[in-house]
Amino acid sequence: MNMFWSRHSHRPEHARPSGAALDQAAGSSSVPAALKARDLTVGYRQGTRTRVVNRGLNLCLRRGTLAALLGPNGAGKSTLMRTLAGLQPPLAGEVWLDGRPMRALSANELARNLAVVLTDRVDAGYMSAYALAALGRYPYTSWDGRLSAEDEAIIQEAMRAARCESLAARMASELSDGERQRVMLARALAQQTPIILLDEPTAFLDLPRRIEIMHLLRDLAHNTGRAFLISTHDLELALRFADELWLMAADGAFSVGAPDEVSARGDLLRAFAAEGDEVQRYLQGIHR
Amino acid sequence: MNLSLPQAGQASDRLASPFPALGMRRPMWLALIALVAAAFVASLALGAVRIPLDEVLRTLAGGQASKDTWQTIVLTFRLPKAITALLAGAALGVAGLQMQTLFRNPLADPFVLGISSGASLGVALMVLGGAAVSASVFGRTAFLGEFGLVTAAALGAAAIFVVVLTIARQVQSVVTLLVLGLMIGYLTGAVVSLLIYFSIPEQVAAYVNWTFGSFGGVTWQQMRVFAPALLIGLAAALAGVKPLNALLLGENYARSMGVNVRAARWWVTASASLLTGAVTAFCGPIAFLGVAVPHLCRALFATNDHRVLMPAVILLGGALALVFDLIAQMPGARFTLPINVVTAALGAPIVLWVILRRQSFARV
Repeated sequence: MNMFWSRHSHRPEHARPSGAALDQAAGSSSVPAALKARDLTVGYRQGTRTRVVNRGLNLCLRRGTLAALLGPNGAGKSTLMRTLAGLQPPLAGEVWLDGRPMRALSANELARNLAVVLTDRVDAGYMSAYALAALGRYPYTSWDGRLSAEDEAIIQEAMRAARCESLAARMASELSDGERQRVMLARALAQQTPIILLDEPTAFLDLPRRIEIMHLLRDLAHNTGRAFLISTHDLELALRFADELWLMAADGAFSVGAPDEVSARGDLLRAFAAEGDEVQRYLQGIHR
Repeated sequence: MNLSLPQAGQASDRLASPFPALGMRRPMWLALIALVAAAFVASLALGAVRIPLDEVLRTLAGGQASKDTWQTIVLTFRLPKAITALLAGAALGVAGLQMQTLFRNPLADPFVLGISSGASLGVALMVLGGAAVSASVFGRTAFLGEFGLVTAAALGAAAIFVVVLTIARQVQSVVTLLVLGLMIGYLTGAVVSLLIYFSIPEQVAAYVNWTFGSFGGVTWQQMRVFAPALLIGLAAALAGVKPLNALLLGENYARSMGVNVRAARWWVTASASLLTGAVTAFCGPIAFLGVAVPHLCRALFATNDHRVLMPAVILLGGALALVFDLIAQMPGARFTLPINVVTAALGAPIVLWVILRRQSFARV
């Protein structure tokens, strides 16, 4: 595996645009927002009954940024991710992609704007890693799904960017969890979207693989100008690698900021306030 | 559909590249097409009466065979039967492939939607219940005519077809469709059992005979309905090939890549139902081809790419149906085995082999 970036594993010196709540960001920042939401209410609707998971969310995800959504289980991270990915409709409010309401986009337009890597089981059977990554071209191919030489060049470039080109000929069913995660990331990159959402990309991975994938995501965000949003339980890795933290507390409180800001404000402790003394003491120890 | 073949120049680049060729190798295609052609001609030449190959080909070309009986056997009996087997095998293979992908289940077959249960019910109602209900009106002999059986099966299949498609448009989860098909199977089974319980042995025998399946019942007249129905179904299946690849990753991923999941699900369900319904109506419930052929094609071509699998399944499904039908006739023997005996006896070991083999290299 290519480890060239393990030589400089410190946070980059160059300043990232520090993320902030939508209110102060809208006009002030020169970095355009790839994804925005105002007064977003997420949850589930079954028949006439609704179950609100979180309400009044104001979000802004900028290009060139790696944002990490953190919070205890049950705070609604998955529901928010699914809503932002367009996999379920919001109960109220609107998600905007590049200034256009998500609701107004066709399935194909949405797929050209936003790609996802989910925790869903991928049972690809007889399929090479290359063919798996090639599925990312779906929104661009004609009715029969034929790939042009240009499509293939884009897929190969995506696999190089996700550092998994050496896996191309392997069968997808034979890949390890970490390898498959990279191939799925390559597939998302091949989809050529300004926004990529990853649901718990570090779950099931051992520590070296988790560090590698976080590093890779940050590099991709900074070098390709795409916006990445991940949901994760890896607090320490998120503090170290993410440009921006989105904290979701069990009581529904939501706060956004650069890792330093967020921990300086005490938001980190607040997000996990319901978790008891051991957790609080641990969090106080992590980031000073 | 374009099955792009790597060109000579590309092929040598591939050796140095870590990226494998996508798509299909030409020799495999040629082998499959040759197999279909050979099986087709063999099924015209072999049987209770053996007809020399050149006579068969001359008859096919529009010429006169040296014996009138040969001419009649080939044109009136064996040719429609061979075309029926070819189309039915292709249709069941395609419907099986669609169902396995839609439900992400290697054991799904064309019958999971319950369409063929509907056909069985139609036939059972006519053969078993028909006598009691309408003997006074029509008289049974007219009812038991060949076209009557087909009509009853088609009506039964069509009724379930409408139910399934109406529900397919509304359900959130594809599992609902699966449960629906299962329940339709149980319900029709209950009605059929009830009818059998109150029927006389001759009627039961007529019904059971239908469930054995046969490619031989389609006359040239019926072919005018059968062939177009299957060709439309196959064309629809081919036209809907693209979303199937995305659906391999599950509906969430498919949606995220731009698939209109509900529309894709409806299209797949509609074409598979049409194929299954037409085959069951005209040939009876043919077992195992639908589940075995897709597995065989995946194993043979080592791919899950539906752009390869779909045409492969059409060719291999047609060829296998012809071969199984030949085996059922056991050239030289005085009797013919029911086609379902052959498809199940040969199909079950094939499915077992594929599943066991898959387990041995699947890494969890």
